[in-house]
Amino acid sequence: MALTAVQVAVVVVTKKQAAKAIRHKLNMVKMVMCTLGLVVTTLFFGTAHSAVLPIERADVLYHSYEGDGVTIDGPSVLLRKNIGGRVSVSANYYVDTVSGASIDVRATASPYEEVRKEKTIGLDFLNNKTLLSTSFTNSSENDFEANSVYLGVSQDFFGDLSTISLSYSKGWDVVGRRGDESFEEEADRQKFGLGFSQVATKSLIVGFNIEHISDEGYLNNPYRSVRFLDSSTDRGFSFATETYPNTRSSTAYSINANYYLPYRAAIYGDARTYSDTWGIKASNFKLGYIHPIEDDWVFEVFVRHYKQDKADFYQDLFSRPNEFNFMARDKEMSTYTGLTAGISVSYEWQFSQTAMFKKSAVHFEWDYMKFDYDDFRDATAQTPVGEEPLFGFSANVLRIFASIWY
Amino acid sequence: MKMVNKTSVRLILVACVALFGSGCASTFDGFSNPLANIEPWVKPYERSNLADPIMSMNRNPVALSYAKHVFESREGARGADGGAGGGCGCN
Repeated sequence: MALTAVQVAVVVVTKKQAAKAIRHKLNMVKMVMCTLGLVVTTLFFGTAHSAVLPIERADVLYHSYEGDGVTIDGPSVLLRKNIGGRVSVSANYYVDTVSGASIDVRATASPYEEVRKEKTIGLDFLNNKTLLSTSFTNSSENDFEANSVYLGVSQDFFGDLSTISLSYSKGWDVVGRRGDESFEEEADRQKFGLGFSQVATKSLIVGFNIEHISDEGYLNNPYRSVRFLDSSTDRGFSFATETYPNTRSSTAYSINANYYLPYRAAIYGDARTYSDTWGIKASNFKLGYIHPIEDDWVFEVFVRHYKQDKADFYQDLFSRPNEFNFMARDKEMSTYTGLTAGISVSYEWQFSQTAMFKKSAVHFEWDYMKFDYDDFRDATAQTPVGEEPLFGFSANVLRIFASIWY
Repeated sequence: MKMVNKTSVRLILVACVALFGSGCASTFDGFSNPLANIEPWVKPYERSNLADPIMSMNRNPVALSYAKHVFESREGARGADGGAGGGCGCN
């Protein structure tokens, strides 16, 4: 029996999605093969010179994010200490206290408050001028539990002018939902990274990074909903649970450069391009300038631009609850642009190199962020359905911290 | 196949740079590699600018990891930002 036009269209779409998934799988396999090849290349043939352990220091930071009706703040403490000349250990304790409600929540539910605590322990091992790094991270909140392990190798070669780094991490998430004890879903994540940096001149360093990430499992945000037309309600629409695919693969490429100016100051820049199997395409670039005064003060300014095209299954307003197999209205899946401008200032105290503490510093960093959405409307506006104003918001981000080098 | 080819070409280029740069090509007898004779062109005594902390891409790790977390939470894109992976908990 001949297929109907609709059935043909469905088959074509399914085949396209399958082909897309296969392409990304092949992409991942090739990246793994190249990664393994490069590990062998650098570890067994590379002429390494001077990989070094990370600098010993301690930082205590207060962070704050305020924007779109949400306040997120808390402390972060990072300690790093060497054991002998070949081992460095680190520990980080980080807390997010979230209160308020973003536009996604305001449209469908009440404000809330929750706390997320993240703990990371890390170990770096310097072996024959190759730096091996590993870490374990646990992130815990009342409705989300995430664990991940990280492995990385980095090596300098070509007279210390070149550095290659490879990384792999694996994460396991358990997703819950407030007010629903029976809700428990899982998601796994793998990341493959490859980085290369090169000293180009005595004042210029350039770098290149690739990262492939694959997710599998429950990838929805259980608190975000799709909006669909519903003439039985006063406002003309209702909300239903989002439905995402169970897999996602993404690849991102970035380049960066740092240039030392003729006087003591530096400019830097980076650019990234991104795509994934959900149809999201994005790019961003950043330019910054660092200006020290004497040995005490360091000033920095930067501007960063981000642009994103929506996921294939994103819509602001659907016709009915089960219109498609996959449906999303998470604003981070939509088409939008973001602009961030930041300034920072640090003051440093230099001590004797023979003293217990070599140096200390206090830092103040402020970022202003602005996001404008092209196809995400403010569903809280009292206007006819589908004619609400496009959404946008700004946020202020603060980082205030003190550091000690020893 | 466009995506795969692009990825392959880029990775092969990087692999070539690492391979030739590390000098392993010279270990193969009879293989004449014009890049093998290239010497490091910035001498150790010319690296004072590069050693200045303002040239570091990660001057303050505790602040950088937080800034990355903020961007990851507000943007659909992820990865290739030079950082180690970790649980996000971005509900």
